Amino acid sequence: MSETNGNNLISLEDLKVYYDLGGGGLLDRITGGSTERRVVKAVDGVTFDIKQGETLGLVGESGCGKSTLGKALLRLTPISGGKAIYKGKDIAHMSDSEMREQRKNLQMIFQDPYASLNPRMTVGNIIGEPIRTFGLANGQSVETMVQELMETVGLSRKFIKRYPHEFSGGQRQRIGIARALALDPEFIVADEPISALDVSIQAQIMNLMDDLQKEKDLTYLFISHDLRAVRHVADRVAVMYLGEIVELAEGKEIYEEPLHPYSKALISAVPVPDPEIEAKRERIILTGDVPSPINPPSGCHFHTRCPYSIDECRKTEPQLVQIKPNHYAACIRINEENPYIEDVAEPHEVEEIID
Amino acid sequence: MSETNGTILSVNDLRTYFQTEDGLVKAVDGISFELEKGETLGIVGESGSGKSVTNLSVMRLIPEPPGKIVNGDIIFDGIDVRKLNIDEIRKLRGKRMAMIFQDPMTSLNPFLKISTQLMEVTQLHLGHSKDQAYQHAVDMLRTVGIPAPEKRVDNYPHEFSGGMRQRVMIAMALSCEPELLIADEPTTALDVTIQAQILELIKDLKTQRGTSVIFITHDLGVVAGMTDKIIVMYAGKVFESAPTRELFKNPANPYTKGLLKSVPDPAHEEGKALYQIPGLPPDVAHLPDGCPFAERCDRAEDICTKEFPPFIQINENHHSLCHFAKEVYAESTGGGE
Repeated sequence: MSETNGNNLISLEDLKVYYDLGGGGLLDRITGGSTERRVVKAVDGVTFDIKQGETLGLVGESGCGKSTLGKALLRLTPISGGKAIYKGKDIAHMSDSEMREQRKNLQMIFQDPYASLNPRMTVGNIIGEPIRTFGLANGQSVETMVQELMETVGLSRKFIKRYPHEFSGGQRQRIGIARALALDPEFIVADEPISALDVSIQAQIMNLMDDLQKEKDLTYLFISHDLRAVRHVADRVAVMYLGEIVELAEGKEIYEEPLHPYSKALISAVPVPDPEIEAKRERIILTGDVPSPINPPSGCHFHTRCPYSIDECRKTEPQLVQIKPNHYAACIRINEENPYIEDVAEPHEVEEIID
Repeated sequence: MSETNGTILSVNDLRTYFQTEDGLVKAVDGISFELEKGETLGIVGESGSGKSVTNLSVMRLIPEPPGKIVNGDIIFDGIDVRKLNIDEIRKLRGKRMAMIFQDPMTSLNPFLKISTQLMEVTQLHLGHSKDQAYQHAVDMLRTVGIPAPEKRVDNYPHEFSGGMRQRVMIAMALSCEPELLIADEPTTALDVTIQAQILELIKDLKTQRGTSVIFITHDLGVVAGMTDKIIVMYAGKVFESAPTRELFKNPANPYTKGLLKSVPDPAHEEGKALYQIPGLPPDVAHLPDGCPFAERCDRAEDICTKEFPPFIQINENHHSLCHFAKEVYAESTGGGE
């Protein structure tokens, strides 16, 4: 897709994560089970680059595969096909010991600060565990490192002996961030890091992540369903729908001028905290729900909900191509000559599909 | 407190306290507001601000013990809700005032068909026969935009998606055409495109039926387009109340101002650092003597930590709980943000 320049940290090529649910076998047919093999195509051929030092925002609705993609990058879930190149090496095909070594550089921050910290470990042990495991320090110096990390993320170092339940959600997320930073990584997958937090705390965590990025030259994949937050933190934004990237562009560009019909609807659905704007806004309301990722719709996965779909959309799988400079979209109805779908197509009613 | 015939709900100096191991929690501590017929009120606050407890109190759904409404009047269409016995309040709930909750997954009974759950409401409150109730259930599902309602009515909750379940909840809440609908974070668990569908639905139904709505949320974006007026809650108190446009344009409370500034605004924004309110929401079991927001407030002075702030009237419909409300308001109007 994009021209490979020297500063790509991670390059994904046709990355696939499938989960086979079985079915379609002889026994299934006899017992009245599924007659077709059922495969969840959680990530279905994703190609993009993450540049050194950038924040790439990954947005989409629940079930679109964004978290699976994040996990696959750290090989926390098996990769079914394609490549994930990190510094010239394919994460998909690394040996376990190589992968383990790379985990120092590739870290993750999780959504739920309540579930992602072991309630029986003190903060000192939670943050210190990766340091000890990888032998970066031992004895007293681990504690010193932990205290420094706690200070970096804005926690008082005197909390080192406390347990997770003694902290608020925002503070726990800081603990999670300190743990991710413990091994001095290059790349962090942040999977919905602010979704479980109060509004006033969300701003604190976003600012902290921003400061840390500048200080430590970190690269982030920021996964979120909160388009306002992504707009704020990300340099570029990728929009995902049913396992595929449908659009990729700079943050400002994608919010001001989304090209793909799905991104258009998604962005128009975000409420703006301004009553004057809200009163005037025209929303694109999509009918129906996201279809199941088990055997997703043929051709363009969005054709069942798309007001611009034509017969061809059922048959052809659209490729992510450049429509405008550094602005990519996967829709067969638009191209470089005709980037705006309203100019080339009339919207039509979408029949709601009932399973 | 005037009892005009246009008022559907008036709450005056409501105090709901909880006895906990940690001491007395004043979850709601002196809340007053009025809701006119056909109006939508937004209640905004972070977790623990008392926004949900306020509305559970109005519905008399506070578990007692540990909770107790210790003070205040709740007048619903001339009825003193606090004086009602359990049978009387049950007749009101579901029929004249109804509630939809945040989590549509846990607020429907997983063992019962949707039809059974919808029919129960109208059989109980409207005295419908089985056939009438069944037909009404189908009609309600159609009203809330569920495709093929004749078929879907006999499905179980797990056969619906999250958005569809929230539609079912709304259908149930609106079955008896209540005069007051309380929506407690109705879209928080939903995806944005589904949220847009549900908000649109609530708006349409409100216009068609003239229902009065209380919309509880932590998301200032959601209330901006949905409400006529807003109260902002913090630590069990009303920090600010104003008509929606006024509140967004000219906030008179530093907490409201901070909240507004800390939300990334996709409409105009250029990658600058977000304003952040420092510190944490207070522990409501151990509130300080002064203003509960003082230690997080960027314009707090000595008086703020010593004296509880007054609820200052800015203009006819605009009030703010702050020692410096007038000054903050002047900054908002003069600063021209």
